[in-house]
Amino acid sequence: MLGSGIAKGMIETARNFVGSYTDESRLVTVEYPEERLPLKEASRNFPFLVYDGEDAAPGLRCVACQICEKECPPQCIYIVKDTAKKPDYLGKMQFQPRVFDIDVSVCMSCQICVEVCPFEAIKMDTEYELSTSDRFDGLLLKKEDLWKSNEYYQKIHPTEATEVDRRLAEEKAKAEAKAKADAEKAKAAADAKKAATATAATPSAPTSPAA
Amino acid sequence: MEAVDQAFVSLKHWIVGLFPPVAQPWASILLSITPILIFFPLLFGITTILERKGLGRMQNRLGPNRVGPAGFFQFIADGLKMLTKEDIVPRAADHAVHFIAPFVLLVPVLLAFSVLPYGRNMVPIDIDSGLLFFFAVGSATELSVFMAGWSSCNKYSLLGAMRGIAQMISYELPLVLASLTVVMMVGSLRLTEIVDAQSVPYWPWLPRWHVFTPWGCAGFLLFLVAATAESNRTPFDIPEAESEIIAGYLVEYSGFKYALFFLGEYLGLFAVSSLGITLFLGGWLPPFAFLSFIPSWLWFFVKLLSMIFLFIWIRGTLPRLRTDQLMAFAWKFMLPMTLINIVAAALWHFSRGWEVPFALGLRWLSCAAILVVPYWIFGRAVATRFAKRIYRYAT
Repeated sequence: MLGSGIAKGMIETARNFVGSYTDESRLVTVEYPEERLPLKEASRNFPFLVYDGEDAAPGLRCVACQICEKECPPQCIYIVKDTAKKPDYLGKMQFQPRVFDIDVSVCMSCQICVEVCPFEAIKMDTEYELSTSDRFDGLLLKKEDLWKSNEYYQKIHPTEATEVDRRLAEEKAKAEAKAKADAEKAKAAADAKKAATATAATPSAPTSPAA
Repeated sequence: MEAVDQAFVSLKHWIVGLFPPVAQPWASILLSITPILIFFPLLFGITTILERKGLGRMQNRLGPNRVGPAGFFQFIADGLKMLTKEDIVPRAADHAVHFIAPFVLLVPVLLAFSVLPYGRNMVPIDIDSGLLFFFAVGSATELSVFMAGWSSCNKYSLLGAMRGIAQMISYELPLVLASLTVVMMVGSLRLTEIVDAQSVPYWPWLPRWHVFTPWGCAGFLLFLVAATAESNRTPFDIPEAESEIIAGYLVEYSGFKYALFFLGEYLGLFAVSSLGITLFLGGWLPPFAFLSFIPSWLWFFVKLLSMIFLFIWIRGTLPRLRTDQLMAFAWKFMLPMTLINIVAAALWHFSRGWEVPFALGLRWLSCAAILVVPYWIFGRAVATRFAKRIYRYAT
């Protein structure tokens, strides 16, 4: 009969009207600036640089190899290598970036820089409130704006960061084992050499540790 | 109670008494106009915010909630925005007509308020042909719609205006014919007399409002549909149709003129709702005698607010019609139904003196049958037009 559909619709809207006051779960609105939903772990938008330890500048994992700069499709990364090597957080002598800029107005969030980085130094951030009153300098992020601690990385992408940390620890352990083995081999070689010279000359000289 | 009920009337008489006799008629006119000019635009502002909140709730949203407590002052912010906006007139527009169109809408609508009874003894001008005057000035709004659409020199405006004219003229007829039944029953076009005719209840629990008779109930529903169409509200907002012709005849209006159009439309809605209340819902009369301690103007206001809520509710529910559906509905359903309703009203009138057992029940049943059977038949005919379209190639 004509009008039954109208009555049905009116009842439905009335149910919504009353229900929105009595049932909190109906109101799905998130009032953004005051409240925000937690981000999904897979969310990403712009890259940032990871550092280890307490101090940002020496702790940077980046060694200014410039692979990301070369691979970046929109060419938004700009790196200037430091002239001298400096000790990194492990005490190893490494190059460091003197300038590391990312123009986030150009960046297309493709994550290719993250894929190609052999040092796990650049990762994707989840920060999305980057609006600024200056679209040139305000959106050109400097090294100081980009570096963030490994703890921060652990916080925003826990699964991925744990995996990265495990791999880095493994590599470090492998490198240490190799160094130890090398040292032992060198020591053995030195011992053998010493023994050879000792047999040739006078014995009994105490062996000193290999350099 | 009497003092509260007549507070505004006695206040006006007291103020008029302060003037010298020569100025008294003018003071009386001013004191009738000013409250209307203050109250109804204010009600317009409050209605806009209530409408936005209500529609939001019907769609499980929060609605505006930033300005003031729970967003209640949003309409003030919107009004200020409208006032400070640049008033753009297209170069090709007919400047004079473009300028006066909003006023041509607003002035007749405000004139319509002058004959409505807002409470006991509270009618600005109590003329013999109040209802006729109301419809006469009410139909002048169509001119403004066409002026706005034509003068903008814009194809969307013109389309909107054409649609508006077609719709408003088509629905003017059912609106008048639905009101005609009340005039037949009461025998007067004076709106205060129409209210008085509804004052004596049938029984203590059933007021003699016209809506409680078969012809009055059908008449009220038909009046409601026609009034929705007359005030261009949602199932019939074809002249504006934001999603089809942007905003129809309002496309080229901005700033204060746009606000005036909106004001005019909402005031038209209030006026036609007030008329519906006066004709069918007992005007300012309380439903039951024991509730008569509440002042008459408050009863009118409560009824007006319920009518406004009903219009908001309808807006939140129904989608827009197509133009052909609209026209078919007007001429193939509304018009025949209003004519049959007149027959039902005539039967109700002439069966008043029936000397048979269960006379009232018999009158009720016969009048209802006259209305329900054609409703069923016409409803089926119209429903086929609203049936789901079957497309040959698209899915």
